[in-house]
Amino acid sequence: MYETSYQRPSSIDEAIKLLGDGEGEAKLLSGGMTLIPTMKQRLAMPSVLIDLRHISDLKGISVDGSKIRIGGATTHAEIARHDGIKAAAPSFAYLAGLIGDPAVRHMGTIGGSVANFDPAADYPAALLAIGATIHTNTRELSADEFFLGMFETALEENEIVTAVSFEAPQAGGWEKFRNPASRYAMCAVFVAKRTDGSVGVGVTGAGNNGAFRWTEAESALSGSFDGSALDGLTVDEGAMMSDIHGTSAYRANLTKVVAKRALAKAK
Amino acid sequence: MSKVSMTVNGRTMTGDVEDRTLLVHFLRDTLGLTGTHVGCDTSQCGACVVHVDGKAVKSCTMLAAQASGSSVTTIEGLAKGQELHPVQAAFKEHHGLQCGYCTPGMIMTAVDMIGRHGASLDEETVREELDGNICRCTGYHNIVAAILSAAKSSGSQAEQPIAAE
Ligand SMILES: Cc1cc2nc3c(=O)[nH]c(=O)nc-3n(C[C@H](O)[C@H](O)[C@H](O)COP(=O)(O)OP(=O)(O)OC[C@H]3O[C@@H](n4cnc5c(N)ncnc54)[C@H](O)[C@@H]3O)c2cc1C
Repeated sequence: MYETSYQRPSSIDEAIKLLGDGEGEAKLLSGGMTLIPTMKQRLAMPSVLIDLRHISDLKGISVDGSKIRIGGATTHAEIARHDGIKAAAPSFAYLAGLIGDPAVRHMGTIGGSVANFDPAADYPAALLAIGATIHTNTRELSADEFFLGMFETALEENEIVTAVSFEAPQAGGWEKFRNPASRYAMCAVFVAKRTDGSVGVGVTGAGNNGAFRWTEAESALSGSFDGSALDGLTVDEGAMMSDIHGTSAYRANLTKVVAKRALAKAK
Repeated sequence: MSKVSMTVNGRTMTGDVEDRTLLVHFLRDTLGLTGTHVGCDTSQCGACVVHVDGKAVKSCTMLAAQASGSSVTTIEGLAKGQELHPVQAAFKEHHGLQCGYCTPGMIMTAVDMIGRHGASLDEETVREELDGNICRCTGYHNIVAAILSAAKSSGSQAEQPIAAE
């Protein structure tokens, strides 16, 4: 790892100031479960690390009926075991509990995951399907506006993800087909029947440009929220990732199979 | 360089370290606590698991500076003198190790797991939660047996605080 300097602000304002002072060389450090491995590989060399774990305004979960708000520095483990989320959006808690392993979940945060937008990150699929809002220190963006493409979001240089909020769907289902070695998704699908009756289908791990909404499936499912509604559909191979773990044809087929499994589980 | 200060196995420890120093290197090189191992470079193997403020974390993926102010428990902090911690004793009893390299991380993960699930821990959960700990010798069979046995005799209910902390 290259040399760096560690800072521990206690407010969002202080963190923003440190980011500005870093003149593009500073980086936010949340759970560190992506950034520290990257620094160890010398693929990143921030001169300053700004630790977000001690800013109370970035932490915590509130559930008010079906309205859920999760602070950016909330860990995967806190989301997975939160009674309010388990009751209002069980499939979302289930998703958080399948990220990485227990030690990764104790540190990794939802803000870090959405800001990073790894092509196999789990939350983005759910946030796209549910129609979530991403809150930053300056604005609010829909998940559709926020997630632009692989490792690319609408975040600007000195912007911090402060929270994620959404309305719990009437029914949601999560199915993750894991690579047996890395345990990241080869394809994972979140299906949501939203409270306004529309359907969202978010797919991660499979697409060649990050998580995406499978809009054909959304229309097919708005008539009947059942796996059989997908029977006549195919996924465009050209938009799928292809690597040593699976071809694009394999992932295109997997997307349909995994979506059906998510629907079978939806509650 | 920064001054870091944390409670390690019940004692206050301080040191001057470079900010890029990983917690595992602070424990091993500065404090001489070499029970915590480094087995990979990708945060996947779990040989370095310790508890920070009561939670299992990978000490190779956390800076010593991030842990400053926290309470850390390493494998050296589990036994009471000559008396092994029940999870250590269960690994011995069930032969839950061969070469032993992964064992400190396995045991720290197991203690955390039993602390959260108590006696209700079942085999499927143990295998799922060992996702972040790799053993290249045993095929996991005896590790799982040891953890289940320790969980059963812990007699505790879920969410009980971890013994050593
Ligand atoms: C072994 C292992 C297995 C994993 N498996 C999975 C998996 O199955 N599924 C999955 O989805 N993820 C997985 N991950 C990744 C994990 O979920 C990370 O925790 C997550 O991707 C990043 O969150 P973090 O809090 O650790 O962010 P960090 O590593 O601290 O930061 C990541 C990036 O986001 C930026 N950032 C952090 N917080 C903010 C913020 N609030 N606002 C703006 N920018 C910010 C940082 O500057 C950095 O560029 C795994 C990681 C490991 C090590």
